[in-house]
Amino acid sequence: MNIQNLIKVSIRAVFSNKMRSFLSMLGIIIGVAAVIAMMSIGQGSKESIRQELSTMGTNLLTVRPGADMRGGVRQDPSAMQTLKIEDYESIINEKKYVTYVSPEVTSGGQVIYGNNNTTTTIYGESPEYLQIKQWDVEKGDCFTEEDIKKSAKVCVVGKTIVDELFGENVDPIGKNIRFKSIPMKIIGVLKSKGYNSWGMDQDNVIIAPYTCVMKRIAAQTYFSSIVCSAITEELSDDAIDELTKILRRNHKIKDEDADDFTIRSQAEMMETLSSTMDTVTLILGIAAGFSLLIAGIGIMNIMLVSVTERTKEIGLRMAVGATGFVISVQFLIESIIISVTGGIFGVLLGIAASEWILPLFSMPSIVPLWSILLSFSVCVVIGVLFGYIPARKAANMDPIEAIRHE
Amino acid sequence: MENNKKVIIELDQVKRYFQVGSETVKALRGISFKIYEGEFVTIQGTSGSGKSTLLNQLGCLDTPTSGEYYLDGVPVKKMSKNQRAHLRNRKIGFVFQNYNLLPNTTSVENVELPLMYNNKYSAAQRREAAIKALQAVGLGDRLEHKSNQMSGGQMQRVAIARALVNTPAVILADEATGNLDTRTSFEMLVLFQKLHKDGHTIIFVTHNPDIARYSSRNIMLRDGKIREDTINTNIESAAEALAALPKPQDD
Ligand SMILES: Nc1ncnc2c1ncn2[C@@H]1O[C@H](COP(=O)(O)OP(=O)(O)OP(=O)(O)O)[C@@H](O)[C@H]1O
Ligand SMILES: [Mg+2]
Repeated sequence: MNIQNLIKVSIRAVFSNKMRSFLSMLGIIIGVAAVIAMMSIGQGSKESIRQELSTMGTNLLTVRPGADMRGGVRQDPSAMQTLKIEDYESIINEKKYVTYVSPEVTSGGQVIYGNNNTTTTIYGESPEYLQIKQWDVEKGDCFTEEDIKKSAKVCVVGKTIVDELFGENVDPIGKNIRFKSIPMKIIGVLKSKGYNSWGMDQDNVIIAPYTCVMKRIAAQTYFSSIVCSAITEELSDDAIDELTKILRRNHKIKDEDADDFTIRSQAEMMETLSSTMDTVTLILGIAAGFSLLIAGIGIMNIMLVSVTERTKEIGLRMAVGATGFVISVQFLIESIIISVTGGIFGVLLGIAASEWILPLFSMPSIVPLWSILLSFSVCVVIGVLFGYIPARKAANMDPIEAIRHE
Repeated sequence: MENNKKVIIELDQVKRYFQVGSETVKALRGISFKIYEGEFVTIQGTSGSGKSTLLNQLGCLDTPTSGEYYLDGVPVKKMSKNQRAHLRNRKIGFVFQNYNLLPNTTSVENVELPLMYNNKYSAAQRREAAIKALQAVGLGDRLEHKSNQMSGGQMQRVAIARALVNTPAVILADEATGNLDTRTSFEMLVLFQKLHKDGHTIIFVTHNPDIARYSSRNIMLRDGKIREDTINTNIESAAEALAALPKPQDD
């Protein structure tokens, strides 16, 4: 029998038992849809994080104290105190590839105004910080170099702080709030940024001159980090080289020794995040893939029942000249038809689900083509793999016994 | 015997033993005969005498334990499973006791079945051959009827058409009238006699001794051996017998 006829015969067999065929397809449909939905959730969240990081400036560079921690080795606390005011000054004086620089000192705690209070983080920065972060002051002004010199007790605050401490109808500009009992005068309110994709409220911040935070609040002589921006994203590597050279010289690090600081570019952060998200996607995909395996076993089960039920038909076909091989191909095609049809519907369902779910989490809906191709080929493989045992059972039947079977 | 005629089937000391546990069941204990082209042979015998076992041998569904079987000059014993499948497809037409039609399938499609396994036929040729075979068994007006829309007699006619469609060297029937009432059985016999007249070689297994009157030769089996092999020189007409039957009461 030629392949067209075999396919016709198999399609007919699938259709002659619609309910059963549909039920065994259902497992595949759900499995494939799950795989595709998981893949697009993974890829969608990856994309939304990427977008967010790039709005933060792809030319952002962060210098942190301590050697590269990605090895996971615990470090001496003193190693974390290597970024000093001299480093900041050297960078300011010698920078070529770096445009803006801001040292950073942070401290968490409670902020109070009248009877209201809220927990927040105070960021000690230079005025250039807002340029680096591409962040605007909505109302009032940012502090100046003059405020830095005087360690002035002034600050700009995020929307959340305003809402928590003042409510709707009060103008916060000029008001004095207390952070860890230090009075700070609000001189500006930042434009709202909302939550980031880790669910962190980006508006729950106070930004003040770094000198003020270092002396009056954190009481420390070193920085938590130094944030800079390179001229462009492409010049990030040159900027990193420049910063490395300055810091190594300042820290008197010998040629053979490793850096006692770490510089990470936003581009690198994005890489790391992407690969993390890829891993997450893979794990989600594998979990969903197991449901495909179960679906495959379901198909095998149905095919075994079908072969037994059709023993007589098999006997007849053999009596009139079908070889075992042709019989096995017939049943194999049948299980492939079930799994592939299920696969097609699963892909459609998966795409529909992704289009519907992802926007709910304000993620861009991305259904990667490879995930469609992958789940589709998995369906064919399942059809062959789990159709093989029933097909072989059919092929090995003895025509005499099969035809007498009642 | 008719020595000038072509030998279609030749059995030479065919034995078929079955091993059931420690016991050996000797279903065929050495059978030898020749069947010539155009013969209508009935094979008779009591239940368990080995008729079906013999027919399975003739139909290349099984191979002998010892002895040799030539079908249309081809030795079957040493053939592989696939070669025998091919041989069945080209040289043999089967008619089974319980019709064995595919369910939910039209007459034409059922008759086309053997040709589906013969790549030499195109779809159009298959259909043409199937329609011709159905017309030959008097079902030219039931081409698109499904198997569950027909009477037992009609289903058996479809099965006979299926056995004819590949122009086989021999038609093998095992209790082809076993499930039918007397009248319909005679109708089948009329059909087989017509096919015989048209030149087909037919081997018809039955335990009904009356049927031997309508065939050209009768082989009696007992305990896996031939007890009698007689040529019928006075073949009765099944059509006349059918006409003589009391009319069905449809008043
Ligand atoms: N596959 C088998 N395994 C073991 N014994 C078998 C097998 N097939 C047939 N036999 C035995 O061979 C003998 C002949 O059986 P066979 O079916 O040929 O008889 P039969 O003449 O067709 O009988 P009936 O008229 O009842 O159909 C019986 O004793 C039977 O039990
Ligand atoms: Mg029998």
